[in-house]
Amino acid sequence: MSLHVVPRRVYYWIFTALMLGTALTVAAAFVDLSAATGVPGLNDVVMLAIAVAKAVLVVLFFMHVKYSGRLTALTVLSGVLFLVILLTITLSDYLTRGVL
Amino acid sequence: MREAHAAHEAHAALQHQFDTLEQQKEASTLGMWIFLVTEIMFFGGLFCAYLIHRRQAYEGFAEASFALDVGLGAFNTAVLIGSSLTMALAVWAAQVGRRKACFGLLLVTIALGSVFLGVKVIEYSHKFHEHHVPGPHFHWEGTYPEAAEVFYSLYFAMTGLHALHMVAGIGVLAALLWPAWKGRYSAAYHNPVELTGLYWHFVDIVWIFLFPLLYLIGRHH
Amino acid sequence: MTIATTHPDPAQAATRSYLGGGGWDLKSWLLTRDHKRIAILYVISITLFFFLGALGALLVRLELLTPAGDMVQADTYNRLFTLHGVIMVFFFLIPSIPATLGNFLVPIMIGAKDLAFPRINLASWYLYNLAGFLVLWAILLGGVDTGWTFYTPFSTTYSNSYVTLTIVAVFLNGFSSIFTGLNFIVTIHRMRAPGLTWFRLPLFIWAHYATSLIIVLGTPVVAITLALVAVERTLHIGIFDPALGGDPVLFQHLFWFYSHPAVYIMILPSMGVISELVAAFARKRVFGYHFVAFASIAIAVLGFLVWGHHMFVSGQSAYAGMVFSVLSMLVAIPSAVKVFNWTATLYQGSISRETPMLYALGFIGLFTIGGMTGVMLATMGIDVHVHDTYFVVAHFHYIMVGGAIMGYLGGLHYWWPKMTGRLYPAFWSRISAILVFLGFNLTFFPQFVLGYMGMPRRYWAYPPEFQVLNVLSTAGATILGVGYLLPFTYLFWSLKYGQRASDNPWGATGLEWETTSPPPTENFLTPPVVTKDAYDYSDFDEGAERRPHLAREEEEYA
Repeated sequence: MSLHVVPRRVYYWIFTALMLGTALTVAAAFVDLSAATGVPGLNDVVMLAIAVAKAVLVVLFFMHVKYSGRLTALTVLSGVLFLVILLTITLSDYLTRGVL
Repeated sequence: MREAHAAHEAHAALQHQFDTLEQQKEASTLGMWIFLVTEIMFFGGLFCAYLIHRRQAYEGFAEASFALDVGLGAFNTAVLIGSSLTMALAVWAAQVGRRKACFGLLLVTIALGSVFLGVKVIEYSHKFHEHHVPGPHFHWEGTYPEAAEVFYSLYFAMTGLHALHMVAGIGVLAALLWPAWKGRYSAAYHNPVELTGLYWHFVDIVWIFLFPLLYLIGRHH
Repeated sequence: MTIATTHPDPAQAATRSYLGGGGWDLKSWLLTRDHKRIAILYVISITLFFFLGALGALLVRLELLTPAGDMVQADTYNRLFTLHGVIMVFFFLIPSIPATLGNFLVPIMIGAKDLAFPRINLASWYLYNLAGFLVLWAILLGGVDTGWTFYTPFSTTYSNSYVTLTIVAVFLNGFSSIFTGLNFIVTIHRMRAPGLTWFRLPLFIWAHYATSLIIVLGTPVVAITLALVAVERTLHIGIFDPALGGDPVLFQHLFWFYSHPAVYIMILPSMGVISELVAAFARKRVFGYHFVAFASIAIAVLGFLVWGHHMFVSGQSAYAGMVFSVLSMLVAIPSAVKVFNWTATLYQGSISRETPMLYALGFIGLFTIGGMTGVMLATMGIDVHVHDTYFVVAHFHYIMVGGAIMGYLGGLHYWWPKMTGRLYPAFWSRISAILVFLGFNLTFFPQFVLGYMGMPRRYWAYPPEFQVLNVLSTAGATILGVGYLLPFTYLFWSLKYGQRASDNPWGATGLEWETTSPPPTENFLTPPVVTKDAYDYSDFDEGAERRPHLAREEEEYA
């Protein structure tokens, strides 16, 4: 019987990380990162990066994907991949209007 | 004695199309994951509409987003992350057969989920009173009324769909309470709690993206 | 050496069969969890909807006999072609093979007792019927005039028809479809018999697996998109309506993200059937098994990258159009690989012209024409000329009717003895296959010419110089209609009067032929163990009965 019991302290650490990430996201939202660094759209990038990181932690540890088989990981990745396909190809239409 | 009882409970749960409980567990877990993939694509369509509209009307979206309460949004984010912790712990409790802990943690998860929904009710009623609900009574005082109505259409669609999923999740959690109290979950059989956990964490992840995308646009201006 | 796979006593067989034998207990059927019974329930439901959709087509073709719009009003005509499209796409083609042949055969072909989630399977059928009831209600109230594509802002703002009701029906139907796809994926991953590795699976299973991937990934997107249309229509918000700040091209992106892969949902199962038919009636293993299997997956994946070829003239960027055009050429390759492999399977095979084989041969030819014209349409320059003309209509009917429906009929005939325990009358089945083939070509080939000459689709009147071709097309449709009514009649007749079938009337390989016709409720009296590859006709002896190629746990040799 393949039972893997994740130690509770792992959950507490992930919870802490998630809360810190949330605090960071809110704090960063009030600072104009583009003005500070000269990189356009940096606020959006940082915000999304933190959200993705949080999601990855939830998937790996709370949802036990780290302790599951290859098929589970493949299933999750497929879902993400096809969402990314939808978003990027649709966006690519709008980004290239008027280019050609 | 407890192991024998647990084994008997487990065996009673075996459905006819499966050969072993392990096979049933593997199948139902894969089934839940595939369902979550459909949910990724379901919410994904809304995220796509949001992405395109935000790109086309960034200023208007930022202005509209400003009328959302960041404090309540952040609070709700913390509440939901907390409920994910208690959910994960409830799964742990089920796995090790700690029935009272499992019951209690499921109950706390439900409570936290309900707090989240309560805050959403407060937020929605604010929007209603400010005439920010799209439709015949929508009225926007700022510079970009058209974009604001699009923003709020997407806001209500996305958070509304999310809230519906929360309600369903709380319903499923409630259905787990009685078996948990009776001690039906153990190392031998705890899959219903595990699968409910998967669903609950997914709903949390959706909010992890919704919160910054809806509440934190252009706050630095 | 005889292996007892047949039951000498028909009465005994009848009582153990999943059909129940004897009385018809309605409750046991309506609350069944047996995948075979659910398949039969689906056969009944989709047949009803098929003939409803065909009625829409008949009325459209009758109107098009004359250049003037003189049979119905223009608005009515819009509702007729929409009815035809909505019913045929969502209520016939999408569920057809998976919900009927797939439901029946997937567990049996992999040696399982049932699908992974039998109750979800039953729920799928109920959802289908609830959706069907709603769409019928919408039709009776007056129907929808937006076309099955629900383009905005007409559907959100200007149409005065039952858009929301129809959308709710399609939405529910989508979840019916998702339930089926989810069930198949889990079943194929987790419930294969011992020894049945992935590359020993019948290609029918590979096809249904690929189809199910598309279903679970694509359907939710169109579901939420149509839901947004309904919300927009009801609350007058502006996601898709430009007058309210919305974007109609966004609708098309979201709609076609599903609806293009949807056409692969419609054709892949049919291709799976063809692989089985070609192997069985050429008495040969399918040439290039691995290529055909991988091609199914490739079609499913690549199919998600090409949706913009429906939008070349929509206002999407020229750059996006170019990329979609090239990717669409790519997706033709795995389809072509399959056609080559089936042809190579036929080469030096021992071919018999049974009715299922007639349908398979028809499929290979007609699908190729449909596919080639698809490549023409993927070529942006050509598409700009023929977009929204009958050229496009002809293209997709060659695939959907010449391809998908021929596969469905071929499969239905091939597995009819297994599902019902009866043989259909061979003479009439051959007549109808020929009528379907001839009628089909007469209906749709003239439409290629019409479209190229400029006749627009969805138009209820046309210039007089197009009349001859339209008359030919309608004549063909009539013959096609007869071709469809015949199987409906004789298959039904065979249930009571058809000759009883043996376990393996075709002498084919496959686990489904190693159990009784019809099978017992638990599918196999003893759970099978697989030791050989699929389509193993190596010890085939012309004229001799097939020997099963798999081991059984307690078989005894005389």
